[in-house]
Amino acid sequence: MAEIVLDGITKRYPDGALAVRDFNLTIADGEFVILVGPSGCGKSTTLNMIAGLEDITEGTLRIDGRVVNDRAPKDRDIAMVFQSYALYPHMNVRDNMGFALRLAKVDKAVIRTKVEEAARILDLTQHLDRKPANLSGGQRQRVAMGRAIVRDPKAFLMDEPLSNLDAKLRVQMRTQIAALQRRLGTTTVYVTHDQVEAMTLGDRVVVMRGGLVQQVGTPQHLYDAPVNLFVAGFIGSPGMNFLGATLEQNALRTSLGDLAVDDRLRRLLERQDAPRELIVGIRPEDFEDAALVGERRTGQACTATVDVRESVGSDVYVHFTQEGGPAGITELAELAADSGLADTGMRGHRIVARLDPATRAAEGSPMDLWIDTSRIHVFDPATGANLTHPERAEY
Amino acid sequence: MMSHRGRTLTGWGVVNLLVILYALIPVCWIAALSFKDPSTLTDGNFIPREWTWANYRGIFQTSEFTRALVNSIGIAVIATTIAVVLGTMAAYAVARLRFPGKRVLIGMSLLIAMFPPISLVSPLFNIERVLGIFDTWAGLIIPYMTFSLPLAIYTLSAFFREIPWDLEKAAKMDGATPAQAFRLVIAPLAAPGVVTTAILVFIFCWNDFLFAISLTSTTAARTVPAAIAFFTGSSQFQQPTGSIAAAAVVITVPIVIFVLLFQRRIVAGLTAGAVKG
Repeated sequence: MAEIVLDGITKRYPDGALAVRDFNLTIADGEFVILVGPSGCGKSTTLNMIAGLEDITEGTLRIDGRVVNDRAPKDRDIAMVFQSYALYPHMNVRDNMGFALRLAKVDKAVIRTKVEEAARILDLTQHLDRKPANLSGGQRQRVAMGRAIVRDPKAFLMDEPLSNLDAKLRVQMRTQIAALQRRLGTTTVYVTHDQVEAMTLGDRVVVMRGGLVQQVGTPQHLYDAPVNLFVAGFIGSPGMNFLGATLEQNALRTSLGDLAVDDRLRRLLERQDAPRELIVGIRPEDFEDAALVGERRTGQACTATVDVRESVGSDVYVHFTQEGGPAGITELAELAADSGLADTGMRGHRIVARLDPATRAAEGSPMDLWIDTSRIHVFDPATGANLTHPERAEY
Repeated sequence: MMSHRGRTLTGWGVVNLLVILYALIPVCWIAALSFKDPSTLTDGNFIPREWTWANYRGIFQTSEFTRALVNSIGIAVIATTIAVVLGTMAAYAVARLRFPGKRVLIGMSLLIAMFPPISLVSPLFNIERVLGIFDTWAGLIIPYMTFSLPLAIYTLSAFFREIPWDLEKAAKMDGATPAQAFRLVIAPLAAPGVVTTAILVFIFCWNDFLFAISLTSTTAARTVPAAIAFFTGSSQFQQPTGSIAAAAVVITVPIVIFVLLFQRRIVAGLTAGAVKG
């Protein structure tokens, strides 16, 4: 168990490409940190640099207070779980799990006890003498975990360990990993591109994009107070809705109608010299069927025609299309490409609202929507910065 | 009435049978000749009237053939070993590492494989005489190695590419040195590929006639395919047909046994090379 400190870590490839730029993070002893971002954002490269599988171009990496930049992976005492599991196909489960200890010349009886203990925790006892080829996906995944925990290392590194499992098993294993990490109390760095995994597993989440850290924080903080368009759009499912808006005297003019600007928001925007053209972000749950909202709650009503109504039991998702969403914003284009939205070929700009199941919204007919204006986010289209971020309010 | 499927199967069966006969008849012919008594060689019978081991006894009585057999085995084994060891290292680098000039290296090895050996025979003859390795084992081992290395590198790199890169990383994370990772994780997985390559290279060296006949002049390094050409009858009026046939059978049998034993592996190896190379 150990603290991991990344101080200005940079990775530059020989061809000049920057994979990771100035990564600063202190991972506390026993903490569970998630690196999340779309593919190519540098999260795996960062993990590989902590592991020692890739060289660090600049900056220092300290594990347990010692600089380990130039140490081989074997001298860093950290274990890694790979996306492909990377089980040794010619060894049985017992030998796979005990491989590291055998290399470390640990006494045979001790290896046996440790492997059996780990197998018991992971429910692998009856599979110890089988080869990886004869195991199911979930069992292989557990062997990969077992290989890591047998060693009792200073830290676990996990590189998308669940992405090869089917959806149901993934949810189960996610809970197991969280429970296991809490039980062992080992510092863990976990890489994923799945924001749901990131939100549910981590003590802290690091959102990365194009080699740069965008924001670090607890899952709830990232959700409530994203620093920029990218984080806002990446965290949350379904994602935040973005609308182009023009700042008028007392309102933000959007395709959904004028949204009133209250004193707090006006002061914030004035103080930051906000441009007239802005982007408004609204979370799906900040909409509600106007008919179901009590009189007392302040907000704004608007009308839209329902395209699709999806009921999931506890909630109803209502999709509608708006003309002319915010265009030419690279962050949004990137998010759309990452979620596959860009490939669906749908015209117009989709808005998703999460409504109470009591709603009478019907496909093809217009409905009155209520928007909780106190919870909207306003972004600067030029920089992508969230002008309504709470830290900005304290200036 | 035969179904369409049945007719297709029969059709293929007939074609396969023809191909197998076409390939096997010369082999059977040689085998039949080797068992014939010299006096009945030209009696027009495919199957010998009187079976005899005389031809086999004959070739093992003189040192001409046994010496050549020793040369063949020695040269083929040494050339194969060196080619496979070098090929394994080169293929590992080709499959695993990114380095400048990799494409050039692969291209060069392909170039060597494509070079017609016959065009190199006279320069090699001169070079080897100047260097003093003409008519020695080394004089054959070196060109065999050169010509089989591209084959070895190609087949082996296809095998290495099949081994997931993550396994080596996992071994490193588990605390293995690069040497341990190679020895304990990569080598066991690459073993089938190495065996396949070794057999292919061995067959190439074993069967070669061109270099063997051109770069040797005495029994010091003459291998069996070349030595057979120097067989003489017991008198100048007698053809050495029987002895030649017997010698051909003797050097074919080990290869046939090899190939039968490793058949699946070799086919897998060849296709792996074909698709991935």
